Amino acid sequence: MNQMTKPEKVAAMNEAKISAEKVQVFYGDTHAIKDVSIRIEEKTVTAFIGPSGCGKSTFLRCINRMNDTIDVCRVEGNILIDGEDIYDPKVDPVQLRAKVGMVFQKPNPFPKSIFDNIAYGPRIHGLARNKAALEEIVASSLQKAGLWNEVKDRLDEPGTGLSGGQQQRLCIARAIAVSPEVILMDEPCSALDPIATAKVEELIDELRENYTIVIVTHSMQQAARVSQRTAFFHLGNLVEEGATNDIFTNPRDKRTQDYITGRFG
Amino acid sequence: MSLPLIVLVILALAAAGFVLGRGRAMASAGGDIRLLHSLPGYYGWNVALAAMIPAFLALVLWLAIQPVVINGQVSSMISQASIDQSSLDLVMSDVRRVAEGLDTAVAAGALTSEQAGSIRTEFTDVRDRLGQVGVALGSDVTSETLHAAQRYRELSGLGDLGRAIVVLGLAVLGAAWAWQRSNKDFRARNSVERVVRWILIAAASIAVLTTVGIALSLIFNTVEFFRLYPAADFFFGLTWSPSFGGGSELGIVPLIWATLYISLIALAVSVPVGLFAAIYLSEYATPAVRAVAKPLLEVLAGIPTIVYGLFALLTVGPLLVDVFGNGGLLGVNWMAGGTAVMTAGLVMGIMLIPFVSSLSDDIINAVPQAMRDGSLGLGATHSETVKQVILPAALPGIVGAILLAASRAIGETMIVVLGAGAAAKLSLNPFEAMTTVTAKIVSQLTGDADFASPEALVAFSLGMTLFVVTLGLNIFALYIVRKYREQYE
Ligand SMILES: Nc1ncnc2c1ncn2[C@@H]1O[C@H](COP(=O)(O)OP(=O)(O)OP(=O)(O)O)[C@@H](O)[C@H]1O
Ligand SMILES: [Mg+2]
Repeated sequence: MNQMTKPEKVAAMNEAKISAEKVQVFYGDTHAIKDVSIRIEEKTVTAFIGPSGCGKSTFLRCINRMNDTIDVCRVEGNILIDGEDIYDPKVDPVQLRAKVGMVFQKPNPFPKSIFDNIAYGPRIHGLARNKAALEEIVASSLQKAGLWNEVKDRLDEPGTGLSGGQQQRLCIARAIAVSPEVILMDEPCSALDPIATAKVEELIDELRENYTIVIVTHSMQQAARVSQRTAFFHLGNLVEEGATNDIFTNPRDKRTQDYITGRFG
Repeated sequence: MSLPLIVLVILALAAAGFVLGRGRAMASAGGDIRLLHSLPGYYGWNVALAAMIPAFLALVLWLAIQPVVINGQVSSMISQASIDQSSLDLVMSDVRRVAEGLDTAVAAGALTSEQAGSIRTEFTDVRDRLGQVGVALGSDVTSETLHAAQRYRELSGLGDLGRAIVVLGLAVLGAAWAWQRSNKDFRARNSVERVVRWILIAAASIAVLTTVGIALSLIFNTVEFFRLYPAADFFFGLTWSPSFGGGSELGIVPLIWATLYISLIALAVSVPVGLFAAIYLSEYATPAVRAVAKPLLEVLAGIPTIVYGLFALLTVGPLLVDVFGNGGLLGVNWMAGGTAVMTAGLVMGIMLIPFVSSLSDDIINAVPQAMRDGSLGLGATHSETVKQVILPAALPGIVGAILLAASRAIGETMIVVLGAGAAAKLSLNPFEAMTTVTAKIVSQLTGDADFASPEALVAFSLGMTLFVVTLGLNIFALYIVRKYREQYE
């Protein structure tokens, strides 16, 4: 494996970008998220870890209101981004999702060309005045996602023809293209091989400079490698949240300790 | 031995074979199933199949061959004189009829079987005797016919006896052979599965052979037609006016034109409506609405086309006349009668709506949820997602659905007969009566025309043309649908 730069501890100084208070999520009668309050800092990578079914994805999807697309899902409590309640009736969830981008577990490029995949968001939101501006956005997004050199000669080939790891970076580039402030990633590497994973992790580390990133992962090593802060979920509860180093070296809760030492999961 | 009885006996033999085979295998393993190569049922089935399959095959063969052989034997008894008088076919059918009559008479007890074999026209009025037991004969029975009929009965009796012996013999032999092989090491499961595979292959070949048969009969008759009527006149002739006295003009162009015209109108109605309905149902409808609306829409697909035809004739046609006809709402006089291209096209369009919508619905649903999430996650609205991601992704499949709908429209008959009229015409006015290829096939074959005349044979070349066009469309549609399927994996 290649040498990863150990993320330095920058945590405490940053502003809270997202703050959630007493969030409850119900799927019909299932109580999936129980009373979760958390502050997520700006320009930091925050990792959500926890056993399967504990509600990591559910909570992540609350942050850009993707849960609105599920009929049976009901969210209570407050989530503020930049001090603004995103569940306020005045907020348009569609606008919110341009500000809070999302990358999914399985790479899901559209069955369009690489160019059109990236240009999709900017076109919808009218971000480019003309064709040149659009090309500029596409190029810079691909550069930021570290994919430019690999695809610059084949922008009009279908995005589905790329390898899995390239597809996932394409999806990240696609999210970056609408200039979000927050990027949510739900197990972005679980469908990738170790080398592609390393590339994506490297990319996440670079993106931290400009974006607030929340990443769900099942790999403790990955959480340790890419995140500065870690939140441990268990059975719908947020058990413990803190600087990644502290969580892994010195967990306060017994359940956290059991999980990171592999006693359940 | 009668046919049903033979079948029953074979089945009984098979059932007995099942029990015996199973028992023998069990006995060879000393009653311990674990020592058997296969489950005990397989040994039973193995014996049962060995009893049934050769026996039934022999039975089918025998049934096909016996009449041919007997016919050949008996027809050599018919004198040239009576053949000259009518024809061999007619005489032979008389013979069969008398033979059947004698059978009935024997069965009814009016004659003993001895008498039936020995009565002579010289002494008895056979027609009268048979009339008494309810067998009506068209003409008096000549002694030659009676003789032939008696010979016919004799041979049939012999044949039936032989049939029973051979078939049941095969059943017993087969069962015995398989039973004797049933011991614990025999691989009964493999053997049964091999037989089952052959049965499946046989079923598949029946379907394929039927298609080939249909195509061959079409081709044969088409070739026959082109011998009587020049192909160029058929394909490029602008007039369709068959006259059974001869000198018909049989140009396909007006029929093809009307077929395409009506299909086009039908597609213009069904594609947008069906597609929008599919988008609504798959993307916007709540599960409750969908649960009610989708079956309701699909009920439309179950309505027989003749009912649509009535709807066209009784409702849509008059309604259109009220609007476009003389003294109608629009004050134009475009439409003379209720039957018109427009009437048939509209109704056919309604018929195709569920076809288009349920195929498109499946295709739209097959677009992975990940595509929707990806688009929504970028801040696209639901309708942007539908327009820019889902429909483009589903487009090839939707085109396939439309092509399939088109090939149904082209092949539709009942709605055309009742809705579009029977006059072959080449006109641009959609409110005029025209008729299509399919409707003309029906009318050419249901008349009194001699089957060997070009006026009747043209139906086959019409059918062939249609067959080629719809086959082409279907293949093209399947190709597109398949290509689409590969896209996500
Ligand atoms: N669409 C849904 N409808 C109903 N229940 C759901 C739905 N999605 C999730 N749940 C339930 O909510 C709970 C949390 O699920 P969630 O997907 O958030 O878990 P997770 O922590 O992401 O698990 P994993 O690590 O396996 O992805 C689970 O009990 C799950 O069954
Ligand atoms: Mg999850």
